[in-house]
Amino acid sequence: MNTKSMAMLTSINGSDHSQLNSLQKSLLNDFQKDLPLSPTPYADIAMQLGVTEAEVLETLQELQKHQIIGRVGPVFQPHRIGTSTLAAMIVPKERLQSVADYLSSLPEINHNYEREHHINLWFVITATSEAHLQAVLNEIAQNTGIKVMSLPILENYHLDFSFDLKWRNE
Amino acid sequence: MKPDDMQLQLIDDVDRRLIQATQGGLPLVPRPYHRLAEQMDLSAVEVMTRLQRMLTSGIIRRIGVVPNHYALGYRVNGMTVWDVPDAQIDELGQQVGALEFVSHCYRRRRYPPKWPYNLFAMVHGQTTAQVEAQIQIIAQVLGHYNCGHQVLYSTRILKKTGLRI
Repeated sequence: MNTKSMAMLTSINGSDHSQLNSLQKSLLNDFQKDLPLSPTPYADIAMQLGVTEAEVLETLQELQKHQIIGRVGPVFQPHRIGTSTLAAMIVPKERLQSVADYLSSLPEINHNYEREHHINLWFVITATSEAHLQAVLNEIAQNTGIKVMSLPILENYHLDFSFDLKWRNE
Repeated sequence: MKPDDMQLQLIDDVDRRLIQATQGGLPLVPRPYHRLAEQMDLSAVEVMTRLQRMLTSGIIRRIGVVPNHYALGYRVNGMTVWDVPDAQIDELGQQVGALEFVSHCYRRRRYPPKWPYNLFAMVHGQTTAQVEAQIQIIAQVLGHYNCGHQVLYSTRILKKTGLRI
């Protein structure tokens, strides 16, 4: 058994993965891309799966309510609109929460992770332009008094953006 | 494609409003594009046409269900960083990016002397042991071109939202 199918056997928010029904699994795995750009996309999916539009909508609402899906919608390519960078800082432990809270409050920050490393705070900044990005980097350094390491993307090597949840053969 | 080339992809103010209206997700109603169109004072056809155009030009990489991998049991998220020769990075990066357990794979700027790493690959698993096995596979792909690497596990997700502009 590979790692992904093993992961499926563990709990999701307290319930077992095996409790996901086939419609839920199919929506999660097979509709990560190509949501129809038609007037009635959910009815189109329902037709493909042999269920009703109401069942598709109720299932998606339920998955979203339980945070098993983040959303249904477009996923934007970084760098195509505006610009972004991965930034990192060495934050003393006692200041980590306050610095993290400050960063999370900035609208330009959309991912913020604490990591097990002496460079312990890692976040992605997105901005409308290089000048805007630089201004945000400067503002963070100034407001925290901590140096910010900026690691922009030079090339993207990953082309398939869906993530196979390996349920098809179950 | 290099980020500089990507900057040439132009979008107008209506596209920008459409991105802002959809980045948190589409409404889960029978006619979501019509709902958006009403909110934005556009026609539904224009909403669909603009989304299709951004999809074709690569501004949107996909439209669909966005699973929450953390809730699905992928609790361990490792950012693996590798120092590989610049001459080989494109070829090696494509091989690593093609591995099924790698969700993101980028060449990033080095930050010498303390941060010599130029290849980043995000890996996900249910346990640290699974992620370590994945890292071994990446190490095998890179072979003797691996001049050093580190794995940074996340201890806390402090903020995670879709792209915001």
